[in-house]
Amino acid sequence: MTEEKKVTRKKIEATRVCKKIMADHFYEMDEAVKTGSRKIAWCTSVGPAELLRGMGFLVYFPENHGAMLGATRMATDLIPYANALGYSPDICSYLTCDIGSYLQKKTPLTMAYNIESVPRPDVLVFNTNQCRDVQDWFAWYSRELNVPLVGVHTHRDIGDIEPIQIKDIAAQIEELVPALEAVSGEKFDMDRFKEAVGYSRRTSELWRACLETAAAIPSPWTFFDATIHMGPAVVARGTREGMEYYELLLPELKQRVKDGVAAVEGERHRLYWEGMPIWGKLRPLSEQFSSLKACVVASTYCNSWIFDQLDPARPFESMAEAYTELFIVRDEPFKEKYISECFEKFRFDGIVFHDAKTCPNNSNNRYGMPERLSKKLGIPVLTINGDLCDLRCYSEEQTKTNIEAFIEQLEE
Amino acid sequence: MTNSSEGVFAGVDVGASRTKVAILDREANLIGHCVRKSGTDFSGTSELCLDAALLMAGVSREAIRYCISTGYGRKNVAFSSETKTEIGCHAKGCYHYFPMAMTIIDIGGQDNKVIKIDDQGRRINFKMNRKCAAGTGAFLEEMSARLDIPLEDMDALARQSTEMVELGSYCTVFSGTEVLEKIRQGKKVPDIVKGLFYSVIKRVLEMDSLTDRVAMTGGVVAHNPYLVDMVKEITSREVLVPEHPQLTGAVGAALFAMEAANR
Repeated sequence: MTEEKKVTRKKIEATRVCKKIMADHFYEMDEAVKTGSRKIAWCTSVGPAELLRGMGFLVYFPENHGAMLGATRMATDLIPYANALGYSPDICSYLTCDIGSYLQKKTPLTMAYNIESVPRPDVLVFNTNQCRDVQDWFAWYSRELNVPLVGVHTHRDIGDIEPIQIKDIAAQIEELVPALEAVSGEKFDMDRFKEAVGYSRRTSELWRACLETAAAIPSPWTFFDATIHMGPAVVARGTREGMEYYELLLPELKQRVKDGVAAVEGERHRLYWEGMPIWGKLRPLSEQFSSLKACVVASTYCNSWIFDQLDPARPFESMAEAYTELFIVRDEPFKEKYISECFEKFRFDGIVFHDAKTCPNNSNNRYGMPERLSKKLGIPVLTINGDLCDLRCYSEEQTKTNIEAFIEQLEE
Repeated sequence: MTNSSEGVFAGVDVGASRTKVAILDREANLIGHCVRKSGTDFSGTSELCLDAALLMAGVSREAIRYCISTGYGRKNVAFSSETKTEIGCHAKGCYHYFPMAMTIIDIGGQDNKVIKIDDQGRRINFKMNRKCAAGTGAFLEEMSARLDIPLEDMDALARQSTEMVELGSYCTVFSGTEVLEKIRQGKKVPDIVKGLFYSVIKRVLEMDSLTDRVAMTGGVVAHNPYLVDMVKEITSREVLVPEHPQLTGAVGAALFAMEAANR
């Protein structure tokens, strides 16, 4: 009987530190909630975290919690509780699993860190650059917990960015200050804010450099590794610890490149992943690609935490630039050009589009882009149907067969 | 003329609905074949199916030089040396019969596939149906149960239609209730059955555009050749069908086995 070969992979040494940063992030907030020592802001993944750091808040990211719920496969059981409240199974499953988690008082933080519940917020801060769902998500908690809700409304579907758009977003971020001061009880400190922007900028530069090591043949790491190692870039954005993590990771990856260490032993195919990770299936997918000698070398998703427009000398404006220029808020021609440029850099042989049922904003296969890119770049494309967290939208066998057939096609 | 004295090559296609085995001689002639319900014991069924195909070919198991399995249960075939996906095997099998660039439409028990190959038989692109079974053999099985008519009578019934009843739903379960509604309205069974066939074709044609020549494979086409006529009519294209459309994947697997044995 034929069986898939189990692949053993060389561990990334920095993982231990990565885990510690993630644990400390949650322990620090848990402690703050218990002692009342620091105020806590909930922030959307690409919300104004630097401003919140600069104003002394500890920052919690519900989207990160959503990813944890997905990765631990708790999400699918929790989503129906939010559905029953009127939040459709067709909307963001980060939203529905997180609200389900709140309703059922179940969180992966308990198993991972022995923390009873997520930290209660003092303020909720969103940015609609990801989607409208984040605003509705935070609005639910605002009503439920009677916590103030503030946010930034980003322009969407942007081609060329106009100065007026940057000016508007910068003004919106600046306008958050009085509301945040009222919650924190502290006066806004420009120097501390600039320091946070500086850390974010450096973190971004290092994160980009880490991701770009995958341009090497063979690649020293995969998209699946990067989804784990981006943790500090997400939750510790705007902190020294976040920055220092990538000062540790980057040399390790560079050394791997120098030594010719392959993330996928005998790398034969290089792929690009477009769309959200399927959090509950990261390991099986990673193992399947590895067993087929295919390395997913780059992704739109991991690149979305590169904010190297940030400039401490122009904190509000540069934040506006960073959070407006990112992939997800751009129009189709920009996105096509972006992936084409990645193709030049990472030299992949095919693209896997993940059509995430509950995340249309991050599913770029829906308006013919796979077909256009396939023609333009002369490489095959594959679309798989799934979801970021809701495994009811995922068919394991069909996905496996699609991926296997795609690799067979590359080998012909 | 067949030649099995130098060994044979076996392809086993364990589909969600049916298991198919093809035995080829060294000149790629189909000398034995078998189709059985896959049931719940994929491994056992594939063994029985292989034995029947070998009996037809007039050779023993020892004559098998190489065996490749494919299909939903491809990993459950104890005697196969290697697996290939059904997408690859249908492309391989179809190109064997029609060596040209084409779009292959395979309608199986659980999956639909639209596969495009170039004039060298290389795959250019493929698409599988999304998760649900709309437009597959499972859809027709479900509908035959709803209508309480044997599956094997559907082709003849569809041909009797004088006024097709079109169904609107994308969902198999909702199509079932839609069919009951049509019965309530007094629509004729042949017209409903033709509507069901048309629904299958619509689901396939929306998966991908058709380019070059078109070929159809799979068990649904094997048992319902009227579907081929309907595709011809709807698309105004000539449609090629291999001699044993249900065996195309198994033949493709056996052809891969032949290549593997000669590596």
